[in-house]
Amino acid sequence: MSEAIHEQVAKQDYAYGFVTDIDTEIIPPGLSEETVQWISAKKKEPEWMLEFRLKSFEAWKKMSEPNWAELDYPKIDYQAISYYAAPKSLDERPKSLDEVDPELLETYEKLGIPLHERAALAGVAVDAVFDSVSVATTFKDELKKAGVIFMPISEAVHEHPELLKKYLGSVVPRTDNYFSALNGAVFSDGSFVYIPKGTRCPMELSTYFRINALNTGQFERTLIVADEGSYVSYLEGCTAPMRDENQLHAAVVELVAMEDAEIKYSTVQNWYPGDDNGRGGIYNFVTKRGICAGARAKISWTQVETGSAITWKYPSVILKGDDSVGEFYSVAVTSKAQQADTGTKMMHIGKNTKSTIISKGISAQKGRQNYRGLVKVLPKADGARSFTQCDSLLIGQKCNAYTFPYIEVENPSAQVEHEASTSSVEEEQILYCRQRGLKEEDAVNLIVNGFCKDVFRQLPMEFAVEAQALLNVSLEGAVG
Amino acid sequence: MLTIDNLSASVEGNPILKSLSLTVGAGEVHAIMGPNGAGKSTLGKVIAGHEEYDVSSGSIHLSGEDLLELDIEERASKGLFLGFQYPVEIPGVQNHYFLRTVMNAQRKTRGEDELSAGDFLKSLNEEMKALNMDADFKKRAVNVGFSGGEKKRNEILQLSMLKPSLAILDETDSGLDIDALKVVAEGVNRLRSPERSFILITHYQRLLDYIKPDVVHIFADGSIVKSGGPELALQLEEQGYASFGVKA
Repeated sequence: MSEAIHEQVAKQDYAYGFVTDIDTEIIPPGLSEETVQWISAKKKEPEWMLEFRLKSFEAWKKMSEPNWAELDYPKIDYQAISYYAAPKSLDERPKSLDEVDPELLETYEKLGIPLHERAALAGVAVDAVFDSVSVATTFKDELKKAGVIFMPISEAVHEHPELLKKYLGSVVPRTDNYFSALNGAVFSDGSFVYIPKGTRCPMELSTYFRINALNTGQFERTLIVADEGSYVSYLEGCTAPMRDENQLHAAVVELVAMEDAEIKYSTVQNWYPGDDNGRGGIYNFVTKRGICAGARAKISWTQVETGSAITWKYPSVILKGDDSVGEFYSVAVTSKAQQADTGTKMMHIGKNTKSTIISKGISAQKGRQNYRGLVKVLPKADGARSFTQCDSLLIGQKCNAYTFPYIEVENPSAQVEHEASTSSVEEEQILYCRQRGLKEEDAVNLIVNGFCKDVFRQLPMEFAVEAQALLNVSLEGAVG
Repeated sequence: MLTIDNLSASVEGNPILKSLSLTVGAGEVHAIMGPNGAGKSTLGKVIAGHEEYDVSSGSIHLSGEDLLELDIEERASKGLFLGFQYPVEIPGVQNHYFLRTVMNAQRKTRGEDELSAGDFLKSLNEEMKALNMDADFKKRAVNVGFSGGEKKRNEILQLSMLKPSLAILDETDSGLDIDALKVVAEGVNRLRSPERSFILITHYQRLLDYIKPDVVHIFADGSIVKSGGPELALQLEEQGYASFGVKA
C-alpha cells in the first residue's frame, strides 16, 4: 500500500485531488435562520433537533471568530459558503450498497476505501460521508448482532432520539466556541456510535469524510458513547479535491466513556493542503473533546495530520472519573505554505487521574506550526499525574515551529512534567544515510519516521502503514 | 582497486586537495597520516562523494568505475564505505532496522533481491557476536546515547554487514580507550581479505600498532609528501612531522 501511494503521488503531488462528476443538490451560499430551518426540514428532523440547531445559530450570531491562534488567513466570508450539498441519487437514502450510485462507489475505490463488504478491509466497518451526507455504512448487520450502533447521525436522530437528546452537546456545549456553534446550527451528517455495557466492539470502526462539491463547507458531527466496561477503536480519514478556492471544514466530535470504558480515536487527516504558494486548501477548524465520565475510563486521541491549509484543532479530555486516563498522540506536518495551531487540553477533575501527551510537529518548506496545550489540575484532583513530551522537527530554513504550553495546577499533590525539544534534520544525518546507500528522499523519510515512532505505534496496524506513507508523500520535495 | 589521479578539490573556493594521486591495490591496507587540518578527512569525503566539495580536476576510479560520475549513494552501492569520524545519531530508528534498510537500498540499486528477514538477522547476530556486542544493541536507536567507543564499534558493525570492497575509516581510533581500540582493530583485521581494501586516516601511530598497514602515506597541505612501508609510521612517531618537512 505504501509503495502504491508513494508512486501515485510522486507523479501527482496530491493523489486525492480529483473531482467526482456527480449530480449534486446544493443550496445557494448564505447562512440565515432559514438556511438552518431548510437543512432541518430536508432531513425531516423532529422538533427538538431543529431547536438544537436554532439555539446554536443564535449563540453563533452573538460570537466572534477567535483570533488568539497564531494563524494568518484571509477573513472568511460565512455568507459565501454553501451549507448543504448532497449527491442527488441519495435523495431517497439507499437501502443497501447495491443502490448506491456506482460513481460514488468508484470514488471511494479510488480513495482506497472499498465499500463493498466482501472487499472491505478485513474487520473494519466503514461509514462514508460525501459532502454533507453519509452514503454508505458497511457491516451494519454484524455490528447489530453485538448490540453496537454504528450509523449516520442523521439516521440516529430518528432511530435513537433518547440517546442523542441525552448526549449530543453534552461534551461540547452549543456555546463552547464559534466553530462548534456554527457546526451545531448547520451540521448535516457524521457518525453515531454506541457500544453497550460490557461489550468489546468486534471490529474497528471507521468513517471516511470526503468534500467534493465546490464552495461548500463540511460540518460533520460525530458522537461516540461507550457504556460501562466497553471498548471501541474508531478511525476517521479525510480527503478533498484540489481546488484554488479555500473550503471550510468545521467538525465537532464528542466522546463519552463511562466507568471502565475505553475509546481509542484515531485520525488520519489528509485534506487538500493547498499549493506551494498557499493557494487553495481546506480550512480545518475542529472541536474534539471527550469525557471520562466514570471511574477508570480511558480516552486516547491519536492523530496524524498532514493535510489542510489551516488547522485549528485541540482534541481534549475531561478526566472526571477517578483513576481515569487521557492520552493524546499527535504527528502534525506543515509543509508547502500550511499553518497549524494544534495541541490538546487535559482537564484533571477526578482523583488519581492521569494524562499523557506526546506531540511531534514537523515543519518543512514554508510551513508554520504551533503546539498549544493546556494541562489543568483542579483542586480535588488528588494524585493527578501528567506527562507532556512535545518535539518539533524542522526541515529547511524557511519553516517555523513554536510551543505554547499552559500548565495550571490547583492541587499540590499533582505531578506535572513537561519536556520539549526542537531539532532539525541535519545535513550530516542525510549524508550519513546516503553514504550507507539511501537516496536523499528515503533518508529524510527514515529520519522523520524515526522522529514520529512513539505516535505511529499507537495507530491500528493497517493505518500505521498508511500514515507512514502519507507522511513520506507530504514531505516529498521538502528537501533539496 | 582504487586509482586517484591528479585530484584537486576545493570547498567554497578554498583549495584543499592539490594534485593528489594514490593507488590502492586489492586487499591492501593503506594508512594516511598527517597533521590536523591537512585535508585528510576531505580526501575521504571527496572519494565518498560529499557534494560540498568541488572537484576541479583529476579522476577517481574504483574497480574501473568512474566515481566522479556517481552520487554518494550510488558510490556506496558500488562497494564504498566511509566510516565517520563522528557517527551521526538518528533518534527513533533502531539499529537493526537501519542496517536492513540500507542493505536493501544498496541491493536494490545493484538490481539484487532484498534480503529475507531471517537471513539478515542470522548474519547480524553472527557479526555482533564476533564484535562482542550485546544483543540490546540491535534495538537501540542508531548511535543515540552511545559512548564514543560504542559509536565506533557500530561503524565497524555496519562495515562488516555491508561488506564493501573499499572501506575508508576516518579517525576511527580517536576518542577510544585501549580496550575499545583493540575491539575495533580486531574487527578490521577480521575483515581484511584479498577482495577488500582499507584506507585508514589517522593522526597517530597508535592504531597502526594493532592494524598493520601495507603502505603508509604522509599527507600534508593537500597532497601526499611521502609514501613507504610501516616503518614510516614509526619514524613519524619518533621524529615528528617536522622530519618530513611538514609543519605540524
